[in-house]
Amino acid sequence: MNYRGRVLKFLESHNINIGDYIQINKKDEEYQGMLLDCSEGADDRHLVLKLDNGYNVGINITQAKLKLLEKGEKPEIKLPLLDIKKDSEKMDISIISTGGTVASVIDYKTGAVHPAFTANDLLRATPELLEEANIQGKAIMNILSENMKPDYWIESARSVENEITGGAHGVVLAHGTDTMHYTSSALSFILDSPVPIIVTGAQRSSDRPSSDAFINLMSSVAAAKSEIAEVTVCMHANENDSQAYLHRGTKVRKMHTSRRDTFQSINSPPLAQINQGKVKILDKRYKYKKRNETELEVNDSLEPKVAFIKTFPGIKSDLIDYFVDKGYLGLMLEGTGLGHCPDYLIPSLQRANDDGIAVAMSSQCLYGRTNLNVYSTGRKILKAGVIPTGDMLPETAYVKLVWILGQTEDLDEVKRIMQTNLKGELEEKSSPKYFLRDY
Amino acid sequence: MVDYMDYEKLGLKMGLEIHQQLNTKKKLFCPCACELTDKKPLYHVLRNLRPTQSELGKIDRAAFEESRRKSEFIYDAYPYHTCLVESDDEPPHPLNQEALEIGLIIASLMKMQVFDEFHTMRKQVIDGSNTGGFQRTGLIASKGYIDTPHGRVIIENLCLEEDAARRMGQRKGKMEFRLDRLGIPLLEITTDPSMKHPEQARDVAHQIGQLLRSTRVKRGLGTIRQDLNISIKDGARVEVKGVQDLDSMAKLVENEVKRQINLIKIKNELQSRKAQVYEELHDVKEIFSDTKSKIISKAVSTGGVVLTIKLEGFKGLIGMEVQPGRRFGTELAGYAKKMGVAGIFHTDELPAYGISQEEVEAVNKFLEIDKEDAFILVADMEEKSRKALLEVIRRAKTALEAVPEETRRALEDANTEYLRPLPTASRMYVETDIPAQTISRALLEDIRANLPELPSEKKARIMEQYGLSEDLANQLVRRDKVEQFEDIMVNSKVDATLVASTISYTLKEIERDGYLVDKLFANNQLEETFQLLIDEKVSKDAVPQVLMGVLRDNISAEDAAKKLNLMMISEEQVLDIIKKIVSTNGKLLHERGQGAMGSLMGMAMKELKAKADGQLVNKLLREEIQKYLHQNE
Repeated sequence: MNYRGRVLKFLESHNINIGDYIQINKKDEEYQGMLLDCSEGADDRHLVLKLDNGYNVGINITQAKLKLLEKGEKPEIKLPLLDIKKDSEKMDISIISTGGTVASVIDYKTGAVHPAFTANDLLRATPELLEEANIQGKAIMNILSENMKPDYWIESARSVENEITGGAHGVVLAHGTDTMHYTSSALSFILDSPVPIIVTGAQRSSDRPSSDAFINLMSSVAAAKSEIAEVTVCMHANENDSQAYLHRGTKVRKMHTSRRDTFQSINSPPLAQINQGKVKILDKRYKYKKRNETELEVNDSLEPKVAFIKTFPGIKSDLIDYFVDKGYLGLMLEGTGLGHCPDYLIPSLQRANDDGIAVAMSSQCLYGRTNLNVYSTGRKILKAGVIPTGDMLPETAYVKLVWILGQTEDLDEVKRIMQTNLKGELEEKSSPKYFLRDY
Repeated sequence: MVDYMDYEKLGLKMGLEIHQQLNTKKKLFCPCACELTDKKPLYHVLRNLRPTQSELGKIDRAAFEESRRKSEFIYDAYPYHTCLVESDDEPPHPLNQEALEIGLIIASLMKMQVFDEFHTMRKQVIDGSNTGGFQRTGLIASKGYIDTPHGRVIIENLCLEEDAARRMGQRKGKMEFRLDRLGIPLLEITTDPSMKHPEQARDVAHQIGQLLRSTRVKRGLGTIRQDLNISIKDGARVEVKGVQDLDSMAKLVENEVKRQINLIKIKNELQSRKAQVYEELHDVKEIFSDTKSKIISKAVSTGGVVLTIKLEGFKGLIGMEVQPGRRFGTELAGYAKKMGVAGIFHTDELPAYGISQEEVEAVNKFLEIDKEDAFILVADMEEKSRKALLEVIRRAKTALEAVPEETRRALEDANTEYLRPLPTASRMYVETDIPAQTISRALLEDIRANLPELPSEKKARIMEQYGLSEDLANQLVRRDKVEQFEDIMVNSKVDATLVASTISYTLKEIERDGYLVDKLFANNQLEETFQLLIDEKVSKDAVPQVLMGVLRDNISAEDAAKKLNLMMISEEQVLDIIKKIVSTNGKLLHERGQGAMGSLMGMAMKELKAKADGQLVNKLLREEIQKYLHQNE
């Protein structure tokens, strides 16, 4: 219960619980309704009643008299049990839920959207999935994606591994959208997979009729049945509830705070378009790993002591020094333009390099690639041992550095791997087509 | 059917629900203007809606029904007129405080109890009219009242909510909506169901309309919508949506009461016949292989079916009239049509529509129809037909037991047609994107201390204060021009009736000629014109022409009067002109003496019209004629 202070005392003194049907009397006013919890952080003067007409209202308890009319059961969301029969004609697809909007429901206790659905709840809400495949649901964690961290990437990767060794023909990972592209990158580097691994989510919570979760999930299952055996992100292609895009997990980024088509491929086209369950490759020249092309392999050793620093006008070098002094093993910089930072930072970068810390440079432009040979500052940064990351997205480069440092500490080796394309994260060629659309 | 209805004996109870759009600067949850647009939409958004569970775990009846229908919708959107909030691609912005304050004014005018906290709720509506699949709404106040000659009516609830998207018809087989109306703030006022006479409902609707008009609300077609709840003893609560004008309300109530009376009669008859509804659906398309019915042959030739069901004991009752021109069969068809079929055929109207007696008999034989039994036919694609008949079965089963609770639509002929089942309370759940808002008692007291003058109070006051007739006071209030009238009266010594009638009638006529008369107020030109009148520079008769001149050439009142040659001339100048007329008409005066007065007055006025006061002309002319006759005796 979120009630606190005066209201809590008031309720406790009357022995009233959430779900009880009560009557409140004030001077000339009288209200009857079911007591609901208030939202987290609400003040301690109002209680929330659900009136018979369905509306919630807040009543100030000052000078109020309370009477219990009927003890209530705490309302709970009850869903029918699932009865799933396996169909040998259909492919086996696993859906792993980590929490987030794609798997959430209204929590009347706090009045907020909470990631409370299990993978099976997801199936109950979307029974159509069962027509497409034999669906195995599993909830491995229940966190909002802003709370993700490298340990959870490992947990997710191992769970995916389990499903694949268990015979899944494809795996869908339901994930909050905020850091989905970090997770898709992490899974890309950790896993070599013979089957598709699809990361998906929703921008509009699944508790509302207009949620995009349904189409994203349906499209993800279609993608999980396809031949594209890579880690991909599957989300709305545009504002319409019709098509989804399949983005390479290392080339995708959340680009809008709220739109359904927030995920965009950057410095590359999406791999495929999914329409009514049909997966269509968008650009045949764009190569991808096919089903069963590789054996399942997991390299899940990560180094979490990597800082991700954005440079900005006025940045102080002690920001760099701090992480060096704290014993960080990698610094991923998000530089300006072609990959720059103020020249007065260079001594600190040099010191980091001298201490054996891997320092890499991406660009906050997102679009395009780094080039530290064009300006003198860039050349000085290069000389300080900083590794340019080409057309990799800063987030992808950060995750890659976390992964590389889990594999090796040798700086030359770090540099070599950083600049080698492993999972489609690096493209040699820049097409004029890969830039912002729509004005 | 009796002509005169004893509503009291029938146990008639009515409640009103009024929706009024507010004239706020912004929408309820986003910064877009509260204006509709007829511009071509610049892009379309395609969306699906699926019903979800509310916080109490119940699925709403009405929402469930909508979900059984096709749930893909197209929205007309604009890059600047609408924004991402309307298209459900951005969370709502904080609640519009201007709208809440208007709500508090109305709540106070109806002496309601205002809640301490306003909670925005989601009311599930998945017919496509809201992009989120729910309408945002919140309860501001409850338990107010309005007094009428038939007694006090309780105002149960006042809600602030967002208007729905505008339905534009079909596009590529999908329902099309326009986002311009979505999110305009609406006040929803609900009375208790205690009204016992249509006259009382009309009076309450009128009074509420007057209250609303004292605040910043939208005017004009479609900005206020009235729904009427109607029930009679042993009948059911029926919500009639879209009651257009108050004058047709009485007829509408009468027709709905008739409908419920007839449905009760049908129920009793069905019960005494021990009627029964069979749930088996049969495809009888073989019977119609050579049919002359266009609908059936088209359905069959395009791969459809002809489904039928048996209704035992229904014969004769399906064709029974329940409202003028509408039969019980129309009720059944109303349910079927919701599933997308064009209609149904039933025993009581057959043979007809190309269906032959032989075909009817063949169906009768197939279903083993007895003489009191009936059948229903639907011809369309299989899925649609099946769903349609399932709806007919559901409605027919209800007919055995009760008048169903429904939401119905008011038709132009004061009848009603089926829209959907009544919504249940569980379709409401909390809008998690908007925090609860405390309604400050200080703000409420401030609002209560500064309540606007009601139209009726305003009318009485200006009649008293300015000595206006009831008609003129009415005109000013209705045309919302009291403020402008009083503005002029502060600075002017012109007769109040002249000012009022100029504003009420003269301006209306000028407006009819296509001029925008509001400019006259904005630029003080109306005041200028009256000043000319006070200074005796123009005559009363010249006022309309001066005003027209002002609007036509966009110049000051004096310039317009000069340009139109309407400036008053001095008494000497008038005298000169009259003298000239008299002297040049000697012959006429010789022949007719004083009797020539009329003709000469005509000539004088022709020349002096609007430049001199008529009474003065009359007086001077009379004197001059006398002088002339005297001299020439």
